[in-house]
Amino acid sequence: MKFFRSSSKQAASAAPPQKLTRRSSGMAEISRLLNSQDGLCVLDMGATSANNIRFFTAKGHKSYSEDLLRAALDPALRIQDEKGNTVLDSKKFLAENLVYSNALFDVVLCWNLPDYMEESLVKPTIDRLWSVMKPGGLLLTFFHTRDAGPDSICYRYHVTGTDTLEMQEIKLPPAGRPTGEKQSPRLQRVFNNRHIENLFRDFASIKFFLARDAIREVLVVR
Amino acid sequence: MDTPKTGEFAHIGKSVVIKGELSGSEDLYLDGHVEGSIELRNHSLTVGPNGNVKANVTAKGVVIQGKLDGSVNASDRVELRQSAVVTGDVTTQRISIEEGAFLKGKVDIQKDSGKA
Repeated sequence: MKFFRSSSKQAASAAPPQKLTRRSSGMAEISRLLNSQDGLCVLDMGATSANNIRFFTAKGHKSYSEDLLRAALDPALRIQDEKGNTVLDSKKFLAENLVYSNALFDVVLCWNLPDYMEESLVKPTIDRLWSVMKPGGLLLTFFHTRDAGPDSICYRYHVTGTDTLEMQEIKLPPAGRPTGEKQSPRLQRVFNNRHIENLFRDFASIKFFLARDAIREVLVVR
Repeated sequence: MDTPKTGEFAHIGKSVVIKGELSGSEDLYLDGHVEGSIELRNHSLTVGPNGNVKANVTAKGVVIQGKLDGSVNASDRVELRQSAVVTGDVTTQRISIEEGAFLKGKVDIQKDSGKA
């Protein structure tokens, strides 16, 4: 029996979506930490990835998975603000998600979550991450540059090596209609560097890596 | 396919609802609804595609095709099939996860201390 079946080896009849790879300077830094210590707690924010769980647990770490983009689709989260606009209830969202004891995680892999998450959830989510990370812990996240259009594909990142990521297109049902036809989530906004620094202002330090594919990798130290 | 032949497994059908402690000394195929706890120390639990479990599970092996809300402690292995929806922590020696399976929780791989 083969364990940790690779998602790239699915039956041909399933017609798996195309996967691309990219080198990641941020992941290389995360890997240095993962290779230097044992028993770290890693939070991987995205659809369940057998690759990632294997990568982390094979190094003796504990892997936590949580898919916040999918969780944000829950119709029960949708409320009206004082202007009558439909927004997501961040208090209810954080009562049901990212519920961990303080200072638990050594590593958080946020991937491209802030770019695709609804505005009302972004700051509260980052604040919660600050609480559940250990001081000195590392957080890796990706932000699109202005060159990225609104139709930029939303990817799930699978770790395939110390600095290599496999990218798999994500398709989700439309918000509030869990049974609707799946589509790629839309890029919600493009953060400039100052916005990113403000978003992580409670963290100890922040480092930018500019990549060729209209992505800035951001490595943040709690 | 994944449904075991009658006689090899104890079988709980999809219309069965159980609330309380469930324990046994044979393999169990569960396609119904269980709320409480499940303990099959040296045997395997298979949660079928219609299975809906709200329980902490202790078993040798656990195969999940349906929904499980609770912690899973398997001394040997855990398999999450494509249709699995698991909310809870998984502690085991080996795990396999099919693409499409959903897991919200921790995976902790325990090395077998009994074998050299």
